[in-house]
Amino acid sequence: MPLQTATPALDDVAGADAEFLYTLNFGPQHPATHTTLRLILTLDGETIVKAVPDIGYLHSGFEKLGEDLDFNQYVTIVDRMNYISPFANECAWFTTVEKLLGIEITPRCKYLRTILAELARISDHLLCVGAAALDLGALTGFLYAFNAREKIYNVMESASGQRYHPSFARVGGLMADISDDVVVLIRDFVKTFPKVHADIVRLLNRNRIFIDRTKGIGVLSKEDAISGSASGPVARASGVVRDLRKDEPYLAYGELASSFKIVCGKGGDCYNRYLVRMGEMLESWKIIHAAVENLPTGPVNVDLNDKLTIPDKNATYRSIEGLIQHFELFMWNRRWETPVEEVYGANETANGELGFYLVADGSGTAFRARTRPPSFIHFALFPLMMEGHQISDVPAVLGSLNIIAAELDR
Amino acid sequence: MPYLDTLNAKFAGAFTTSAFRDNTRVLVSAEKASTVLFPLLKCLKEECGFDFLTELGGIDYLNYPNATDRFCVVYGLTNLATGERVWVKAFVNDPDPELPSAVELWKGADWMEREVYDMYGIRFAGHPDPRRILMPSEYTGHPLRKDYPLRGYGERHNFPTVTRADS
Repeated sequence: MPLQTATPALDDVAGADAEFLYTLNFGPQHPATHTTLRLILTLDGETIVKAVPDIGYLHSGFEKLGEDLDFNQYVTIVDRMNYISPFANECAWFTTVEKLLGIEITPRCKYLRTILAELARISDHLLCVGAAALDLGALTGFLYAFNAREKIYNVMESASGQRYHPSFARVGGLMADISDDVVVLIRDFVKTFPKVHADIVRLLNRNRIFIDRTKGIGVLSKEDAISGSASGPVARASGVVRDLRKDEPYLAYGELASSFKIVCGKGGDCYNRYLVRMGEMLESWKIIHAAVENLPTGPVNVDLNDKLTIPDKNATYRSIEGLIQHFELFMWNRRWETPVEEVYGANETANGELGFYLVADGSGTAFRARTRPPSFIHFALFPLMMEGHQISDVPAVLGSLNIIAAELDR
Repeated sequence: MPYLDTLNAKFAGAFTTSAFRDNTRVLVSAEKASTVLFPLLKCLKEECGFDFLTELGGIDYLNYPNATDRFCVVYGLTNLATGERVWVKAFVNDPDPELPSAVELWKGADWMEREVYDMYGIRFAGHPDPRRILMPSEYTGHPLRKDYPLRGYGERHNFPTVTRADS
């Protein structure tokens, strides 16, 4: 049997009936897509007449799993959505769960989550900027960026024991308090990061080739950004002034509001998105600097008597209350008692607003854990940004949108 | 909340409201959703300033405590000028669940509605491109429905097999 196209309708959609047009499959495996996604490009010579994204190659049913796993177990899945800034996803998930359960986390936990989420943001932006530069032929910027990301991985490793998918947050707190070594590592990162940032700026900001490849490419107007539900750096580069860290302060951002600003652009092209990401990294660096020097002391988890948080091992093994509490939260027919209600919670992650719409039915497992994935929404804007451009602009636009297929497909 | 006054003046009796934590919701019942939902969303967008569609997702309320309707589509709207949010919940039932499409109001609704169709089988009347988005087009089920099993075999038998000799 000859191979038939999986979606015959796509050819009609792309409109490749005119004789001089031809169709090019960009992906599913292509180095510039970084992950598995496919673009069906209708070309007139090298000019893109129409771009039709075809996604779903990584669809792994995360949302279905969210209805089966309990709140603490689901953190491992949430980690794998935007896997280049996993801790930010954990924060967003537990913001929602804690809003549902009505938990107010401790000041120390707020600051720790803020620091780690900002480190995740820097790590995400470094990869995005580095990979965008790599796709446009600037290998050195990529290496500089990855060198700095390594330091962030070291921080995550000493804090949680895992480099890539920390799964560090828990309902009502964190898996464990951090040791002083982690603070030393974070301080070290804070000390060295400005030089890395300056290096990348010197390599790219006035680089003739980089500017030619990104300026005026993939322009997203402010109206389209709002109508297309864009958020995060993509929207801010188009002039939409919205950042949940300032607009709906969560964690410690309310207390640290004076230490950072929102970075916005006007042009809405790839170069502006690059500049916004570079600017945001410096602002994140300021937040980390302010937060790590003002780190409150005290417990990292909410009070054990609230019966909401996993007791530490000392309490589990040495007190009857701790042992009961441990089993209460781990036996599949016990776990949390939730209100029969639904709630939406969102955080500003590196890619944009990552929200969860959580429907609870009284048990400790979500009845529905809908994710609002920023990558998915940004990729819907891709055909709009791509039309009329050259085929060599595809990697520039893909890189500047920072499409993460695992979050795209969930 | 000023938007509720505007809605009450135009759509009195067509919706109810509820709230939990900081979420305020406008609920449109299954009988009224097909006629009221689109004008209500349009009114929220154009007269009340909710110009940003934050999120659009489906929920299947099968076996949910005290639920009367099967499906629900949730529209999360944000007023970018004030930062205020409102949640519009439109209920819809079997057989033939269908709601009016919001793509005319927000381009961002395009893919999100396609995902709801793919996962729940809720069709959106007037959608410009009503195809599946994540699952392959020969797929027959709607995986996020509550009566769709989490584990098991099936579905993949329908997929065409390509051997090295054929390709």
